[in-house]
Amino acid sequence: MSESIPRAWREAKYRERLIGSKCSKCGAVRYPPRIICPKCHSEESEEVQLPRVGKLVSYTIIRKGPNEFKGQEPYAVGLIDLVNGVRVLSQLTDLSLGDIRLGMELEATLRRYREDSDEGIILYGIKFRPSLARKQV
Amino acid sequence: MVEVGERWDESLMSLSVRASLPALESAKAGSPQAVFFSNMMSGRLQVQDHLGTFLADQLGEAGIAALRIEAACASGGAAFHAGYSAVAAGLYDTVLVLGAEKMSDSSTEEVTTALMTAEDREYTGFVGVSFVGLNAMVHRLYAERYGLSEQQMAALSVLCHENGVNNPYAQFRKKVSLEDVLQSPYIADPIRLLMAAPMSDGAAAVVITSEEKARKAHVPHVRVLASRIGTDAFRLYEREDLTTLRSVRRAAEAAFAETGKGPSDMDVIEVHDAFTIVGYAALEALGVSEAGKSPLMVERGDFSLGRKPTVNTMGGLKARGHPIGGTGIYQIAEVFLQLTGQAGKNQVDRAKLGAAVNIGGVGTTSALTILEGVEQ
Repeated sequence: MSESIPRAWREAKYRERLIGSKCSKCGAVRYPPRIICPKCHSEESEEVQLPRVGKLVSYTIIRKGPNEFKGQEPYAVGLIDLVNGVRVLSQLTDLSLGDIRLGMELEATLRRYREDSDEGIILYGIKFRPSLARKQV
Repeated sequence: MVEVGERWDESLMSLSVRASLPALESAKAGSPQAVFFSNMMSGRLQVQDHLGTFLADQLGEAGIAALRIEAACASGGAAFHAGYSAVAAGLYDTVLVLGAEKMSDSSTEEVTTALMTAEDREYTGFVGVSFVGLNAMVHRLYAERYGLSEQQMAALSVLCHENGVNNPYAQFRKKVSLEDVLQSPYIADPIRLLMAAPMSDGAAAVVITSEEKARKAHVPHVRVLASRIGTDAFRLYEREDLTTLRSVRRAAEAAFAETGKGPSDMDVIEVHDAFTIVGYAALEALGVSEAGKSPLMVERGDFSLGRKPTVNTMGGLKARGHPIGGTGIYQIAEVFLQLTGQAGKNQVDRAKLGAAVNIGGVGTTSALTILEGVEQ
């Protein structure tokens, strides 16, 4: 299925800039953003920039991916707890698959996810890489 | 039910008709007033939807109420829930619930892509994770949290294959050893090929009638004590506790409260072992094991034939096979065979109560069915 341009466009901001929603009533932060807060059911929220650093909670190595990722395998996908406690799912990049460790510090970086086809659109999003900032400290 | 496998010579609809006929004939309840068709992926894999009426027509029953129910891998349990609800409400006194999936018409990549429609396309599917990959992350966390070895995480596959040997409808009727499982390749680390259910073609059907009609038919039947569905946060990573299947727990709490029965009353349990981690987590959410202990119990043989409860008596998803939309109905049909004394070599002695736990997504939607044997 070729990717619809408006479909990719309307999610791009949240995928590429890691923007979530914060409930105006109870303060719960969600990613991806929601219309209704699942905690207090408030319909009022604002968009917030999520922190770009976190820790690896779990991961897997995809040996056989969905159609659109054919040829990219093997690649790593992980669950990352950001420093504000929000959990995100992302590909891991800039590391050897054998070096992945639970609890490692990671940071967000904008990367290409896939090309729809030779003539189709290119989809970008956030991937997480070993934290450079933390290493220097 | 029909034999699960790679059924090259049969179509989705021919399998469905072949599974429906014996169910309708053995129920001796006459023509159904409604058909509930469980299927997940036909729109993608066969480019064919509108299955409820298609089946009604192929059964020579065009005219009756017919519809299709989808809840990912829990479609079967969900369709049963819909059919049961309709009969319990008094709307119909005979319905056919049929579950089917045909996966061998498509490549592994196509099926992998289609299975991911069980999760959020925009923020989960987007990153290229496969359905097994999502389960693999839960598997890793679970094994880490409870300090479980790879052998323990593999034990359920060995148990299922042992039981599958005597199931004439099973896709794999042969044993596998622990070494076989541990030597199989990773499909999404740390899940290995033999820790995962296969891709399968299959169809299974049951007939649900009113109690009065069942009594008058003088055929083997069971009583539906409970049919409950529980759900959880849709995206796996939005759950606070990733290793607890709250959807199963919710369905179990409702079902046990309704029936006054508990997990220790069950003689047989058919559990959704799409991956060993899902089977373990489901047993724990059901309450037959403490958290993190079910792999040890499987390893010790606590759930093998001759023990109570006996788990996956006919091979589970791993050995019987996992034709997605069909699975939940196979489970219910297998519990039915046990409770009516028709389970052959794997018959559990004096089985009176049985449960089927059918799970869609990574524990996102769970359907629990509790059946009770009836003195014939």
